[in-house]
Amino acid sequence: MGLVVHQCGPALAIQDMGRFGHLATGMMRGGAADTKALHEGAALLDQSPDCAALEMVGTGGTFEATTDLCIALSGASMRTSLNGSPIVWNASHAMQAGDTLTIGPTLSGTYGYLHVSGGIDIDPIIASRAAHLTIGLGALVKPGDILPVGRLQDMANRCIPTDKRFEGGEVRIVPSAQTNRFPEHLRNRFEQTLFRRDPRANRQAIRLDFDSDGFSDPSGLSIVSEIVTPGDIQITGDGTPYILSIECQTTGGYPRIGTVIPSDFAKVVQTPAGHALRFRFISIAEARDIETRARADLQKIKTRITPLLRDPHEMKDLLSYNLISGAIAED
Amino acid sequence: MAHSDNSYPTISNVGLDGLLVTFAPSLSDDANRAALAFRAHIETLSWSEIQESASTLVSAFFRMDLVEHDPDAMKDKMAAELSAREWLDAPLPQGRRRWTIPATFETSAAPQLEEAAKLAGLDPHVAQKELCDHSLRVLTLGFAPGMPYSGYLPENWDIPRQSQLINVPAGALVVAVRQLIIFANPSPTGWRHVGQTAFQCFRPNTDTPVALRPGDEVRLTDVSKAELDRISATDLSGNGGADWELI
Repeated sequence: MGLVVHQCGPALAIQDMGRFGHLATGMMRGGAADTKALHEGAALLDQSPDCAALEMVGTGGTFEATTDLCIALSGASMRTSLNGSPIVWNASHAMQAGDTLTIGPTLSGTYGYLHVSGGIDIDPIIASRAAHLTIGLGALVKPGDILPVGRLQDMANRCIPTDKRFEGGEVRIVPSAQTNRFPEHLRNRFEQTLFRRDPRANRQAIRLDFDSDGFSDPSGLSIVSEIVTPGDIQITGDGTPYILSIECQTTGGYPRIGTVIPSDFAKVVQTPAGHALRFRFISIAEARDIETRARADLQKIKTRITPLLRDPHEMKDLLSYNLISGAIAED
Repeated sequence: MAHSDNSYPTISNVGLDGLLVTFAPSLSDDANRAALAFRAHIETLSWSEIQESASTLVSAFFRMDLVEHDPDAMKDKMAAELSAREWLDAPLPQGRRRWTIPATFETSAAPQLEEAAKLAGLDPHVAQKELCDHSLRVLTLGFAPGMPYSGYLPENWDIPRQSQLINVPAGALVVAVRQLIIFANPSPTGWRHVGQTAFQCFRPNTDTPVALRPGDEVRLTDVSKAELDRISATDLSGNGGADWELI
């Protein structure tokens, strides 16, 4: 009971918040690249953000409902239709048994999410449903798979406004373990440089492209491998920055110039290849203020939900809708 | 491997994810022991701010929410524990395990034993005996879940990594820079392939996905390739014929 995958792109996998608490064994948390999108999808379906969703890169696929269910779409927007009629992103929609959902190429951003009512209900491994392919957990979704639906409920036709995290832009970073080992002139030049997200990016790291000289710290080669965290910006031996992502290894031996603040991490992972990124150091105190406000906003995420107003131009068969009954009932 | 650099230990933040305590600027056995002992000490205090901890080669990490908890206050709290004693001299924590892991060194399963032995200035048979005679400590787990970096082998094993990468199978024993690794998965590596075990570092579908812990001792015991094949074929636990005792 759920969604049957008829055909799909090459990079679809089930994700949730990942696996915390295993750093000592060498396991990074993994999970959804854009956890803001998990919160948005969960708010749309009025369920826990711990529910598993389908993460899609590049393109989605064709999915058929085997039962009546509700879906929500969040993260990087993708061209999407239900039984051939376009439907909007950042919204929830009802599907009836036999309906076909078609999710096409990405329109903006990198990671799109398909949520189902109750979450995708596969068996957890090590207390999570997240695929972590580099360590052999889970698998890519393929044609013929069935995504089991956890719970049936009616939360269709709701939408949520989203932010501007899908086109690159300014990213705030805080000083971290080795920031002071980079001379001030290198740190300044790092802030002044307009970077581009290199196409070489995955769930482990995102390479940054730039036109100037590299950013090597002369003492860099002497660092003993130590714990790293997603959002850390490593400078490799040739001076190229890589932003570590959610499936990075637990330890790293390259010096890190700074760490992306949690609130801007979704922007980093969603920035499409070729789009510009610029970094700005902020103090730890300022970052704590920003994160405190962001958490308060997340607590209130459900207040941002509004009814989905349908555009009459997109309604295929206008006469089949009963457009005036509500107006009369109000009188 | 003693050192004297009084700017250490250092305490620094890792983003807003926690505090890192580093005991030495370069690889050293006493700094690894200090990291193990200090992490174990902090764990016994059960601070509510700490979500998890880990130790790596020369440092210990304490994950905590530095949005909620003031990093400067937490650094002061950590510094007070650090100054309570000389951690480089601290005894290793209790409750560790000593593992005895069967390994074969027959040439077909140890393609670079001879080359590594030569670099270590030894005859292959003596090299194999040295690898088995030394009880090594799991310095840290990393690269892949459950994969042990263990050390330290004698000074003559301070052999460099090779620039040419080779592919090794799961359970492969590889050496470089006085350390020995059991590989978790088939992987390319720049370390030299000197033997083979049937030990599974990561067993995700079991109650104990990772059997080894940092600080555990590892001793290899020489078996024939036929015996290792027999163990591989019959072992359901993932231990690959290994036994352990508490130390």
